[in-house]
Amino acid sequence: MENIAWMAWTLPTAIFFVLLAITLGTMTWLAARYPEAERVGILRIPTTRGDRLFISLIMAAVIHLLWIGFVGTDTIATIPHGENGIELSSLWLATVISLASAVAIFRTV
Amino acid sequence: MDKTVNQKAWFLVLPVFLVVAFSAILPLMTVVNYSMQDTFGNNQFFWNGVGWFKELLDPSTDLGSRFFASLWRNLAFSAIILAIEVPLGIVVALSMPRDGWRVAACLVTLALPLLIPWNVVGTIWQIFGRPDIGLLGYVLNNMGIDYNYVSNEFDAWATVIVMDVWHWTSLVALLCYAGLKSIPDAYYQAAQIDGASRWAVFTAIQLPKMNRVLLIAVLLRFMDSFMIYTEPFVVTGGGPGNSTTFVSIELVKIALGQFDLGKAAALSLVYNLIIIIVCWIFYTVMTNVGAERREQKGVA
Repeated sequence: MENIAWMAWTLPTAIFFVLLAITLGTMTWLAARYPEAERVGILRIPTTRGDRLFISLIMAAVIHLLWIGFVGTDTIATIPHGENGIELSSLWLATVISLASAVAIFRTV
Repeated sequence: MDKTVNQKAWFLVLPVFLVVAFSAILPLMTVVNYSMQDTFGNNQFFWNGVGWFKELLDPSTDLGSRFFASLWRNLAFSAIILAIEVPLGIVVALSMPRDGWRVAACLVTLALPLLIPWNVVGTIWQIFGRPDIGLLGYVLNNMGIDYNYVSNEFDAWATVIVMDVWHWTSLVALLCYAGLKSIPDAYYQAAQIDGASRWAVFTAIQLPKMNRVLLIAVLLRFMDSFMIYTEPFVVTGGGPGNSTTFVSIELVKIALGQFDLGKAAALSLVYNLIIIIVCWIFYTVMTNVGAERREQKGVA
């Protein structure tokens, strides 16, 4: 672990990157196992699953930043756990919106 | 469009991927880690969540106001140099000779500024514009024009813009020239038979044929000017005040001047996101403009 101390890892960022790596790995495996055809969606550009994943990820980043900038990160709920409970930031709503937009992008773009 | 694409060849880029992982992906992951934490040095970090991003995107904070001010400044700079360099580059390309020894002479002359390293260009203009020993500054001041890029905001902007135009118009001109060279003589002969005016030849033949290279030129010049650092840093150091502090200069000030790694990491991630989005839009437009044209030809 000391060798990567300079990277300043934290549990949340580690979870984020592991999820990202799993997503990329799955998509890579899918692309190799089940080759697909490009198709033209509402953006009127030919896209593959990989393109749609890229657009979804970029959209997720933009949605989260817009949410932080315009809505903020107030606590919306507290999960009863331990002494003080775990506070849920409203930023999770942005995550939900991002997931919804990803589904929409995969189906229509 | 029904043909499936076999993506397995992508596994052949695995070795490159490993190199890139080492040189780019791991450092980028570190930046993401930094952006979520605060540090007082000594490799001690404290969790800050999205705090830096909140500050960055809120123009009422110090970090946010600096970020947005430098972002608008940078976008204005990019818009101005594109508005000058692209038309100027086209005009230069159109007035270049078509054959003979003069072509080689023109190409070499045009390529000269492109070969000079950024910091040398900065130094050249830094001295060239000085009112006491620089040729440009001395002449302007003796002509009665009060010119001093160190103390006057307008002069500083003018110097940085003229410097960028001097450095990079050649690139646009060379790209346009390559586009013009690819037009077969038959097109011009047909235009002559039709009695087309010079303007009609330009709008109906030359401009459409330069379409692709112009897109490349705009993309390259936008990205370069949006990421500009060395030249304004050497000439004006971001001043007077903050008037020529572009995003990358602000970033370096925060990261290495103040050593606020968290703030700088958040800023660079947002900066990176903007650049990725712009690149993707340009790339998509570029590849699809060509594809659509091919399809239309196929139908006809």
